[in-house]
Amino acid sequence: MWKGDYLFLLQNLIVKDFKIRYRNMSLGVFWSLLNPLVMMTALTFVFTAVFPNNQIENFPIFVLCGLVPFNFFTVAWQNGTISVANNAGLIKRVPVPREIVPIATVLSTCVHLGIQIALLLALVVVFGRGVNWNWLWLPVVWGLEILFVCGITLMTSALDVYIRDVRYVVESACTLLFWMVPVFYAIHSVPQSYANLYQFNPLAALILALRTILIDGESPTSTLLLKLTFSSTLIFALGLFVFHRLKRQFFDYL
Amino acid sequence: MKVIELQNVNKTFHRSGGQKLLRHYLEDILGRTDPERFFALKDVSFSVRDGESVAVIGANGAGKSTLLSLVTGLVPPSTGTVKVAGRAAALLDLGSGFHPDLTGRENIILNASLLGFSRRQAHDLYDSIVEFSELDDFIKEPLRTYSNGMMLRLAFSVAVNLDPEILIIDEVLAVGDQKFQAKCTEKIFEIRNQGKTILCVSHVSPTLRELCDRALWLDHGQLVMDGPIREVIEAYEGRLTRQA
Repeated sequence: MWKGDYLFLLQNLIVKDFKIRYRNMSLGVFWSLLNPLVMMTALTFVFTAVFPNNQIENFPIFVLCGLVPFNFFTVAWQNGTISVANNAGLIKRVPVPREIVPIATVLSTCVHLGIQIALLLALVVVFGRGVNWNWLWLPVVWGLEILFVCGITLMTSALDVYIRDVRYVVESACTLLFWMVPVFYAIHSVPQSYANLYQFNPLAALILALRTILIDGESPTSTLLLKLTFSSTLIFALGLFVFHRLKRQFFDYL
Repeated sequence: MKVIELQNVNKTFHRSGGQKLLRHYLEDILGRTDPERFFALKDVSFSVRDGESVAVIGANGAGKSTLLSLVTGLVPPSTGTVKVAGRAAALLDLGSGFHPDLTGRENIILNASLLGFSRRQAHDLYDSIVEFSELDDFIKEPLRTYSNGMMLRLAFSVAVNLDPEILIIDEVLAVGDQKFQAKCTEKIFEIRNQGKTILCVSHVSPTLRELCDRALWLDHGQLVMDGPIREVIEAYEGRLTRQA
């Protein structure tokens, strides 16, 4: 059995992913900033010039509060889902704890995320919404989101070993999710009965919390925080359970 | 002290094994294919004491690699028990944790952590690994610029310098040019002479006879003979000549 240094291994795997991704890009970190900026500009054009929507002020910031979590979620989830199957060589040859592979993949996306959050915060300040004490909630809501992504990724990455179609299901789910979370529309445009359900989706809850903190300058409501904590912890526990049950037979399917 | 102990171990695999798409499951359900199972190992029991060096011999597909995977803890047995005490370092497929875009140095540190070493141990061992590999300045270059031989040298250096309690070797005794091969063999003998346990799967060779004192002969997943290496190899080769 493997009795090594978990943190050292996790750190090395994260650094590896990061280095590999950025060593092959001439402009490195710049590409992390380009994608959200392009999407922000396009969506702002569509919803302020094509379909004018006067209810929402500061549309660029508003939409970026949705895009940054959405991008992180889809990239981390998709890369994480294929991580176990793609590291078959490692899994079949080295007795490392298997959980560490999808978790390291998700966490290496966080480096990328850090850069995008910095961009978001910079634009919030530039557009005249200053720094306030409620920013202290940011690590809490992001932490819960990362927990959620780790959980759902543990689940789908284990399933993907058994049925390789899972990755395509995840891909389609991400496309669908762009419409099902309030990236470019406000939650109060959603009928009330649906809006309550939205908060159970940790991704939607995070977007709502970000807007409350960064745009309104208020602390997120306790119902929202409770729902976010509840769903994230539940999914993480479920992810660990599923992964643990399925990992024994990985060898036979890789 | 017994460091490796297998009791009535069975390991079965699906004959269709490996990658599966949804289509394959549907075919199984609809009965278009028969999910036949076969025994990679059948009722295998043996134990290895501390400091013993044991060879595993047998034809291709006899279950040798499956046996090593079980001992390394990569796969659980279908039935029976496998007990291993101490840290096992496997020279299975060398360099499986390597990435071509990382430099030699980065790969060494990554591999050390994969094999279970702490930061301090990895950095302490780093110099001896580089020295053993004789890669010198190449250590700062990405792995994709290495020749195949250089990569194997690096992988071998990592595995043997990480001071394993149990060394598991899978047909990798011959690495690099003749000079380096001699060095590898010497290193393995050194590890044995330090009283470490060695489990070795290899083709029958003079080196193997010298390195191991005991041998296990696997045939179609069954352990047909377990005894002093000279006798087992004699019986094994006798069978081969009779078949020929």
